[in-house]
Amino acid sequence: MQKRLFVKGNEAVAMGAVEAGCRYYFGYPITPQSDIPEYMSRELPKVGGTFIQAESEIASINMLLGASASGARAMTSSSSPGISLKQEGISYMAGSELPGLIVNISRSGPGLGGIDASQADYFQAVKGGGHGGYRLIVLAPYSVQEMYDLTILAFDLSDRYRIPAMLLGDSVIGQMKEALIPHPYHPPADLPAKPWAVTGKLGRSDQRIVKSLYLGDGELEAHNWRLHEKYRLLGEQEVRSEAVDVEDAALIVTAFGSTARIARTAVRMAREAGLRVGLFRPITLYPFPEAALRQMTEGCKKVLCIELNAGQMVEDVRLSVARDAEVRFYGRPPGAGSLPTPEELCAQIRKHYEA
Amino acid sequence: MTTALQKVFDRPVSLKDVQTHFCPGCQHGTIHRLVAEALDHFAVQERTIGVASVGCSVFLYGYFDVDVVEAPHGRAPAVATGVKRVHPDKIVFTYQGDGDLAAIGTSEIIHAANRGEGMTVIFVNNTTYGMTGGQMAPTTLPQQKTSTSPSGRNVQTDGYPIRMAELLAVLDGTAYSTRVAVNSPKNVLQAGKAIRRAFQYQVESQGFAFVEVLSACPTNWGMNPLKANERVGSEMIPYFQLGTFKDVEKTF
Ligand SMILES: Cc1ncc(C[n+]2csc(CCOP(=O)(O)OP(=O)(O)O)c2C)c(N)n1
Ligand code: SF4
Repeated sequence: MQKRLFVKGNEAVAMGAVEAGCRYYFGYPITPQSDIPEYMSRELPKVGGTFIQAESEIASINMLLGASASGARAMTSSSSPGISLKQEGISYMAGSELPGLIVNISRSGPGLGGIDASQADYFQAVKGGGHGGYRLIVLAPYSVQEMYDLTILAFDLSDRYRIPAMLLGDSVIGQMKEALIPHPYHPPADLPAKPWAVTGKLGRSDQRIVKSLYLGDGELEAHNWRLHEKYRLLGEQEVRSEAVDVEDAALIVTAFGSTARIARTAVRMAREAGLRVGLFRPITLYPFPEAALRQMTEGCKKVLCIELNAGQMVEDVRLSVARDAEVRFYGRPPGAGSLPTPEELCAQIRKHYEA
Repeated sequence: MTTALQKVFDRPVSLKDVQTHFCPGCQHGTIHRLVAEALDHFAVQERTIGVASVGCSVFLYGYFDVDVVEAPHGRAPAVATGVKRVHPDKIVFTYQGDGDLAAIGTSEIIHAANRGEGMTVIFVNNTTYGMTGGQMAPTTLPQQKTSTSPSGRNVQTDGYPIRMAELLAVLDGTAYSTRVAVNSPKNVLQAGKAIRRAFQYQVESQGFAFVEVLSACPTNWGMNPLKANERVGSEMIPYFQLGTFKDVEKTF
């Protein structure tokens, strides 16, 4: 039997990364994710890896760019204001088709904001964030176990599609402790090699160039079409979601990450009170599980989107649901200070269920 | 008397046989050649990884026949750090302009130097932003007119030209810091030696090496190539003193 550990979400991310073969970490301290660089500074040297505490988030994302271009599995982590600083580098990585993991254990903003949990970085994560109209693979764990499992998955998806991946958590999921069973990692047999990585030309006649500059006639457009084809493919092949009690539901709650965790309890409470409600939880925020949600809402005309922000994922929910489904929203802007309680969400479910 | 011809001058193997896009009289081409000669000298072409920056030298990969990663504006030392940590046995160099290295990228260059990253940095100082059309750079000389200092750089409001080679020399992580120019045959030879030495540091795994090269930008200075070249000697060298500010490994 695998051993069961009692660890923080942040530690689970770091453990998953090391297990997945990530040997390079570059970061800069910021609450509430500093457990990740702390863990990496302690553990990476033991497995022959490299930890660098960079001078800034800008430097750390660019170190990631360099390490990734060199063919290594590598990552960085930060929290909201730091992720904003990384956007330039993320855009360059997307343009250069480089894999790599970026972890955002988000907090509330805008600006310095506060350190309490918030889901207000959803737009930034799934709509590009940096310039140029690119996408990332965005995964939203809702348990410590998923912090571990999805970190590993993120590395594999990122390598397979040559696209940066983001793990989007928040201060609650990062700081809470619960049971983790750390599964050993078996690299998928079909993970592609990296014939594009710079290694020096030894034994090769061709030069390798990792770049995002395309000035030739039509070159950039062709490059962008290729990137967008990759995003389309992701939408077809790599969408992940979870549905609970949706089969006979008259109202489906949508929520992600830590909010989904509370919504799950609220849905159970509502069920026990005799309401026919279910929960739909996107695990990939990009690609968004459009088709699954559309299909699920065909027989269910009411959807309640719950988020810890003033309404962001609800836009993707509206675009995805069946034509005549009605989408409602419940959320709070950043700074709310505490998470909604299951009772509070259950009351919201009842309210929207009845009216 | 023998008549066999001896080849005394050739294209370095680390450079491709292509025409450059640089303006007439631009000295990026000369500096490219000096870097390629140094790579050839140590026979490291096949284990070299270049990091290209943003500016007129962005097409580095079009000229050097080595693997190249392109970095965002100013971030080449951070990108090179990532590359070097993954490939500690490879020769990693950045090639950056003054806008790139001394403005947006000051933080990255100072901290890469301070960590003693084993890389070679070629810093081309032409006192202006070449690619974007001749705006004021951190190295623009006092009174120098540029498109964003139309009445001349006023040090009261615009600050002073930054002397990067001196600045980096004071950091403990810096092994070698020098300033050269490419405005005369003698200076070109000297620059070649300095660049070679900067790569020798890496070949011998001795830490961070920095070469600032004073260079002409005839186009944005509004001068013909000859006049521009003269300006390097008459205006730049008096302000940006040539010489070596740090050389910790004197035994090479
Ligand atoms: C983030 C960002 N800001 C600004 C630019 C525009 N830009 C391109 S090249 C350049 C300056 C280049 O000047 P320098 O580094 O001195 O090199 P040179 O062209 O003179 O060789 C600038 C500001 C950019 N590409 N990216
Ligand atoms: S603009 Fe200046 S630096 Fe750029 S290629 Fe022309 S002369 Fe050289």
